[in-house]
Amino acid sequence: MVTPALAETGEGAGQKEPEQRGKRFEALHFAFHNTKLVIGLTIVLLLLAVAIIGPYFTSSDPFAFGYPTGQPPSSHYWFGTTAPGQDVFCQFVYGLRSSFIVGALAALVAGLIGMAIGFIGGYRGGIVDDILSMLTNVVLVIPTLAVLIIVAAYLSVGSLTSEAILIGLTSWPWAARAIRAQTFSLAARDFVNLARLSGRGTTRVVVNEIAPNMSSYLFLVFILLFGGSVLTAATLDFLGLGPSQVMSLGLMMNQAVSNAALQLGYWWWFIPPGIAITALVGGLYVMNVGLDEVFNPRLRST
Amino acid sequence: MTLAVDNLRVYYRTLKGDVKALDGVTFTVDDGEIMGLAGESGCGKTTLGKSLIRLDGRMFVQEGTVHLDGVELPLSDDKGMNAFRYREVSIVPQYAMSAMNPIRKIGRMISELLDSRGVSYDETLPELSRRLGLVGLDDSVLDRYPIELSGGMKQRTVMVLSTLLNPSLLIADELTSALDVSTQKAVAEMLVEFRDRKFVKSTIVITHDLSILYQIADTILIMYAGKLVEKGTATQITEDPKHPYTQLLLGSLPEVGLRFEDQRLTGIPGRPPSLLNPPTGCRFRARCPLAHDKCVEEPPFVEIEPGRFAACWKVTA
Amino acid sequence: MLELKGVTKVFKTGMFGKEETVAVSNVSFAVEPGEVVSLIGESGSGKTTVGRMILRLAEPTTGAISFDGTDLATLSRRQLRRYYGHVQGVFQDPFSSYNPVYKVDRVLGMVRSSYLPGLSTSEWKAKLSDSLEAVSLEPRDVLGKYPHQLSGGQLQRLMIARALLLDIKFLVADEIISMLDASTRIDVLNLLGDLKARGVGILFITHDLSLGNYISDKTLILRRGRIAEYGPTPKVFGNPSHAYTQALLASVPQLHRKWTTTADPNAAPVTSAPVGAVVGEDGLFEVDKGHFVAVDEGELA
Repeated sequence: MVTPALAETGEGAGQKEPEQRGKRFEALHFAFHNTKLVIGLTIVLLLLAVAIIGPYFTSSDPFAFGYPTGQPPSSHYWFGTTAPGQDVFCQFVYGLRSSFIVGALAALVAGLIGMAIGFIGGYRGGIVDDILSMLTNVVLVIPTLAVLIIVAAYLSVGSLTSEAILIGLTSWPWAARAIRAQTFSLAARDFVNLARLSGRGTTRVVVNEIAPNMSSYLFLVFILLFGGSVLTAATLDFLGLGPSQVMSLGLMMNQAVSNAALQLGYWWWFIPPGIAITALVGGLYVMNVGLDEVFNPRLRST
Repeated sequence: MTLAVDNLRVYYRTLKGDVKALDGVTFTVDDGEIMGLAGESGCGKTTLGKSLIRLDGRMFVQEGTVHLDGVELPLSDDKGMNAFRYREVSIVPQYAMSAMNPIRKIGRMISELLDSRGVSYDETLPELSRRLGLVGLDDSVLDRYPIELSGGMKQRTVMVLSTLLNPSLLIADELTSALDVSTQKAVAEMLVEFRDRKFVKSTIVITHDLSILYQIADTILIMYAGKLVEKGTATQITEDPKHPYTQLLLGSLPEVGLRFEDQRLTGIPGRPPSLLNPPTGCRFRARCPLAHDKCVEEPPFVEIEPGRFAACWKVTA
Repeated sequence: MLELKGVTKVFKTGMFGKEETVAVSNVSFAVEPGEVVSLIGESGSGKTTVGRMILRLAEPTTGAISFDGTDLATLSRRQLRRYYGHVQGVFQDPFSSYNPVYKVDRVLGMVRSSYLPGLSTSEWKAKLSDSLEAVSLEPRDVLGKYPHQLSGGQLQRLMIARALLLDIKFLVADEIISMLDASTRIDVLNLLGDLKARGVGILFITHDLSLGNYISDKTLILRRGRIAEYGPTPKVFGNPSHAYTQALLASVPQLHRKWTTTADPNAAPVTSAPVGAVVGEDGLFEVDKGHFVAVDEGELA
């Protein structure tokens, strides 16, 4: 007669313990082998390094004048100087830093709003969801950029924080919709019912049951919000509607254009910021696609 | 002899090693035979079904051959199998009802499918209509979207479609598992009718439900942990099972009329072994009440009577 | 103990609820302590909706469900929590019932924090051990593991152990074994028999007639939201009086008995009341003591 203990474990079932370690190992393995993720992450991290460390290599004031005017890149001035005589490299690293700050902050604001609305609408359903969906759709349809331009023109945007909040307040709808959709499908799972049957209330269910199952999804949403915010901020800054006392990549390009850098042939003034924005946003998006493949085994090509 | 499988081993490659889902199976299916392939989850029956038509890119054929009407099937070759798929070997997968593209009218979907196989839709239309009529549907189905049909109608459409080119081998993978009792019966009877009308030559019905197999199958093949365990006619298997696993399995099925208070049924304790590192010897021995010393040696799948096979030392020794 | 009276559930679909689907219509029955009632129906019969309403995961549109005399609709949030201390559910898909990011212990821990906060660690361990033993699970085989590391059978049994921790009076078992392998099904089913012996009332929801017959005292046949037939199991199975039940029974594939009929339950002829029969307000008339059969209205034909 076979004892139940032996029967349950069986031969070869010792595999069960390493399986949990195996799952994380498997995710990491795919992560490091995913070209898109590696490339995207490298680009973003490189730019981040420049943004963090760069300012230590230059003077503390990117607006400072007094340098020789219109110099091309040299060993003194790595990115050359602007027409009125400012250090482009100094502006570049401070501008890059601003992009990261605004991007992260705006993504946080938009993400929090999107999560709140998406989770509640998706979980509660019914009339609550109908109202929140209407709200989301209305804000979604508003031409964000036009609104931002108008608002920024009237309220002078003085700091990165206020710029970030403004952008965050207008870019949450798609995140809310995406999170709502995911929440719908998760809320139908039995373990959510089970939590209710254990006497748990809405907030606890959403935070403890639903959100953890969406952690990778939320991460992806955040990255996309980050990229989008950087782009929107750059646009606003380029139009001269961003904070004028804080250096940003968009502001650099704005000043380059108003000083006729293109005609003067001062390419070192507007090309670095342009490339930086493209690389940052592009890198984030590519990273996102790669991460999606890592998180969703079904998308993997192997 | 329609289908001859010889020592087929199909494994899945994973990061942790090869999962030996199918580990050396040999059997034949004759013309006009409906063979039931039964077993529980992880026994390898779905792998067998999929490998005969090469539907899953993650599996690879380690060893073994399969011959259909005397021609060897190129099981490892995707392109090679293309010539056989749908024409000679066809499959009706589980949840076939949800397999239809919701934004295509049925007729359009069928014509696209036939085009991809190099068959003219217009030429096949009369036969298609005739067969739809046989299962109780009419041509108007072709003009509708899947959502307009009931579950039963979709199931019947898919079955007609799968057998349209009169394949030699039809694989029905868990066709009845998700269905209601009434639809189950209709679908199972349709399989028999298709065989009777010679739309298909031989059929392999993959399921865990032995009672359905008793109704429609000629022979039943029982699988466990990647190996063949017993084979016989449907009546033989259900009334006189030889292998302990089959006996225990049948003993755990409640029939209408049997009540808990009268006779308490028991299941089989334990779980099937992991197929990453299968145990040596008989794979059932950890859960078998008749296990003894000889069982550390793997029992071969031998013919104990004409048409009757079993892999157990108690039976064959 | 648990009673449903004229329960109807209408779902509103579409934007702001313009369209309606009737899932359950005028269903009434009762379950006593220690009684197992099978709710048998095909897909779309409304059986899962009935289970959800009993668990208060959904609310009836009309009609009342009462437990020990109290109407569920009147329960406050705190009273609902207490209700769940007496009534629990086990669902069909074991892998969906457990949150995959947590270990399985958590479902037990949730019960402890919500209902047994006063227990000391040793008391908790003892109670846990008893519950696991009652479902034939070894603590070291299941505790500390993630759901994907256990089998469907183990997970379902753990769910029942969880219900036992609460010392429930009533269990809603919604297709709890249909996703399990044949060899483990019967063991989980036998557990329900053990629960019954403890005096727990069980609503066994299934589409499988042979399982219903095996385990239950009373059987309810549900068809498109309405009761078709209802009564003690031996009577319903031994003397099926509604055409739908008869066709359904004839379509069940059985070992040792081939299908003999071509009757299609979905096209079952209309059942009408025999002359002189008294039809109750729930549309049922009594065929035999305690054995009721529905009269089909015109549109059901």
